[in-house]
Amino acid sequence: MSEAILKIRNLTVDFPGLGETVHAVRDCSFSVRKGEILGLVGESGSGKSVTAMACLGLVPPPGEMRGSVEIAGRQVVGRTHGELMDLRGGTAAMIFQNPGSALSPFFTVGRQIVDVIVSHQDFARRSARDLAIETLRLVHLPDPELAVDKYPHQLSGGQRQRAMIAMAMACEPDLLIADEPTTALDVTIQAQIIVLLRELAQETGLSILFITHDLGVVASLCDRVAVMYAGTIVETGPLPELFDAPAHPYTERLMHTVPRLGSGKTELAYIKGQVPNMAHLPVGCAFHARYAHASEVCRQRSPAARPLGGARIVACHHTLGAPHLREVAARGAG
Amino acid sequence: MSAVEASSGAEPFHPSLGLRLRHFASQNTLLIIGAVIFLVVVVCAIFAPLIAPYDPTAMNFPHKLRAPGLEHLMGTDVLGRDIFSRVVYGARISLLIGVSVLTVAIAIGVPIGLVSGYFGGWVDATLMRVSDIFLAFPPLLLPIAITAALGAGLFNAMLALAISWFPWYARIVRGSVMSVRQELYIDAARAMGVGSLRIMLRHALPNSWTPAIVQASMDFGYTILAAASLSFIGIGAKPPTVEWGLMIALSRSKFLDYWWTAAGPGLAIFLTVLAVNLVGDGVRDILDPRTRGIR
Amino acid sequence: MTRYVAQRLAMMVGILFGVLTVTFALSRVIPSSPVETMLGHRPSPEQIEAARQMLGLDRPLYEQFILFLGDAVRGDFGISLRTGQPVTEDIFDRMTATFELTTLAVILVILIGIPLGVLSAVRRNTMLDHSARGLSIAGVALPVFLIGMLLQMAFYGGLGWLPLQGRIGAEILLDYPFERVTGLYIVDTALAGQWTAFGSALNHLALPVLTLSIACLAIITRVTRNMMVEVLGEDYIRTARAYGLPQRVVYFRYALKATLIPMLTVIGLTYGFLLGGSVIVEFVFDWPGLGGYVVGAITKNDFPAVMGVTLFLATMYLTINLIIDLAYYLVDPRLRAS
Repeated sequence: MSEAILKIRNLTVDFPGLGETVHAVRDCSFSVRKGEILGLVGESGSGKSVTAMACLGLVPPPGEMRGSVEIAGRQVVGRTHGELMDLRGGTAAMIFQNPGSALSPFFTVGRQIVDVIVSHQDFARRSARDLAIETLRLVHLPDPELAVDKYPHQLSGGQRQRAMIAMAMACEPDLLIADEPTTALDVTIQAQIIVLLRELAQETGLSILFITHDLGVVASLCDRVAVMYAGTIVETGPLPELFDAPAHPYTERLMHTVPRLGSGKTELAYIKGQVPNMAHLPVGCAFHARYAHASEVCRQRSPAARPLGGARIVACHHTLGAPHLREVAARGAG
Repeated sequence: MSAVEASSGAEPFHPSLGLRLRHFASQNTLLIIGAVIFLVVVVCAIFAPLIAPYDPTAMNFPHKLRAPGLEHLMGTDVLGRDIFSRVVYGARISLLIGVSVLTVAIAIGVPIGLVSGYFGGWVDATLMRVSDIFLAFPPLLLPIAITAALGAGLFNAMLALAISWFPWYARIVRGSVMSVRQELYIDAARAMGVGSLRIMLRHALPNSWTPAIVQASMDFGYTILAAASLSFIGIGAKPPTVEWGLMIALSRSKFLDYWWTAAGPGLAIFLTVLAVNLVGDGVRDILDPRTRGIR
Repeated sequence: MTRYVAQRLAMMVGILFGVLTVTFALSRVIPSSPVETMLGHRPSPEQIEAARQMLGLDRPLYEQFILFLGDAVRGDFGISLRTGQPVTEDIFDRMTATFELTTLAVILVILIGIPLGVLSAVRRNTMLDHSARGLSIAGVALPVFLIGMLLQMAFYGGLGWLPLQGRIGAEILLDYPFERVTGLYIVDTALAGQWTAFGSALNHLALPVLTLSIACLAIITRVTRNMMVEVLGEDYIRTARAYGLPQRVVYFRYALKATLIPMLTVIGLTYGFLLGGSVIVEFVFDWPGLGGYVVGAITKNDFPAVMGVTLFLATMYLTINLIIDLAYYLVDPRLRAS
């Protein structure tokens, strides 16, 4: 097992308010290994975006982080901006869902990339500009010499996201954190960006933490998946095993909700019930209210995460078809 | 991997009324302070004859320019009138001004905004250009010009203020009507043959009340200040009307040596406008939570 | 670029036309006929008719309007019924006094209000922020004239440091004359080397400028703070921090550039407020500027004067807003997309 570039252990993020605290992320643990693409999947409100921000210590106030987040062996929790400056944009870079608002409209794309380069490496502005052009070329932005002097509003949505990725790649990071980068794009552009990310990962050995709610995207890009529900990880495992044989009921339900052409079904499947109120979580498993076969232990105790053979980890009292999984694991481990 | 501990909260959370009130109070302390002060002012206005110890217009030359004391809480002015009584009666005028001006401004502005936002096109363009003209004047200048044209006096001053102010409300209402117009259910209603007027009244109007009310609550204080300023320079309220701005104007020849002649009405204006502003801000924070962080 | 300028200019001309129309309409509404005011008590019917003919009041309304427009464009606002001079000349005499007052106030407000608002937003919810906002809320509730009177009480009545009103000591004018070059007393006295006069002019400026500034600061600080808070919440600021840019760069390059636009709006608002507020302040301090002139004109029913000054100030305000619109264009790249 190769070493982890991102190691998250018992991460908790709370947002204290007056009278109640929102527990956005609860005792979350997972890792991204060197060179792999991990998908972090969950519905809105599951805490995945907060987790992404927490990786770089960017949780907005009044959020409070506890636990351990290590990137390339360096602890992020409890560090100041000054201490994290070279990590951010240097060892690890982040891209966002909406590049139109994530990039400043007042400066050219090139200028913003140059600013990043210059603050991490000892470059003169002239050579930094050349490097910026090269990174734009790396992400296949047409006419990089012209694009470098364009303002974000002069580029299309897909081009803006490429520019954002260029900015992320400029200092040759080991880890790319992608917070729903394709959600705001149309399907064809989505596919292009996914191809680009895969290419970058293969060519440069980049590790990627890819956050999304779109299972289709995960299937086409990721090596491993972590499923997040109500602020914590419920299941982790490699693709395609996790999709073919999910162990956690929530994962199973998720698979079920993806509509498939030609399946003969005429109604859209959905998961009954609602995500619990993150400020007032029930005792016991956060999913028990929505699981038809929940038992007494589900109502009373929150399940611990435990390994399930192979590279699988589940947090559930009742893993689905466990014997079946042991078989799958036995086949895979050989 | 460590075990996942059960998180906080035993049963579903039902906050008691007491807790909810305390929460509200701590979040909105300023609003409550403002509301209390405002209530005091309203009470003074309504029960002025009961609260004021003296007749506000009764002159009493032997008692003129007395310092504040037990007999005259805020002292007497140059004509021997009790300032406290005059301040209490002045509350009536100021509140009346605030309510009337805003009512007229809303009564003119809202329909214009409705029509403008709903029909769009050249109707909208024309009406907006007209409102641009009103907004081209620096504040207070247009009311001054209009009052000068109509003749000095409180009624004319109020009318002038209302006329100068309605474009703001027209704009606000127009804005929310336009956003509602985008909504699909308007098209659906139209497709079903519901008349334009009914759509406007039943759907567009309720949506635009809120921003208009928020704006009005913030404008109330400004209206009182504007009216006081107009009275101060002599084109608003005229004697024997008891208006705070006018009282301060009348004190100008004496206030340096007899500070209380200006202090009484001055304090009244300050506290009233402060209270109204606090309430207005609080109302805005409640009705428009987007601006909450930007207090 | 030229298209943007042309658009804005056309709009301004349109609005100016509207303003003129409103002014004209107002001037024909007045109950107290200018004729009677001019002629004094109990004029004979022939005198009235002669005056009406002279003033053009017997012509049909649209003809009057066209004449009015023509006059206005040439800067002829008629004769002041009070001073007997052309209104334009009166305005000319007095505008430098108002200009001196408002310019100093603008400088003070911008130098103090904007940094204070910015600091308040950057250090949100600290003691500094709360005190600034508290002062703001209190300041907004005080009428401008009361602020002026309170300052007079404190600095003239109480401490005796500063004069009560006027622009310069009367004796000073006699004993230490100086040439009116710019019309701005502090400039002219300095140019003439008349330092006593300079001191007197400065003394007299202190309270009125302070009054205007305090009133304006209360609003501007708050507006700046709110705009700054919005900018700081923007996604691209988060991105700048996410990429490890030093704090200095995040604030002074990315945040500052973004605030230029709302800042321009704030400056425009400041000017508007000052143009309006100067009327009151000049009245309180007996300042010989346009504001005092207008108030005097109103109380004496000197309608041409009132209209003339209103038009003049409205045009000034429109011009300033036009300049600000042009500045927007220079600052915001998004406006340049065709």
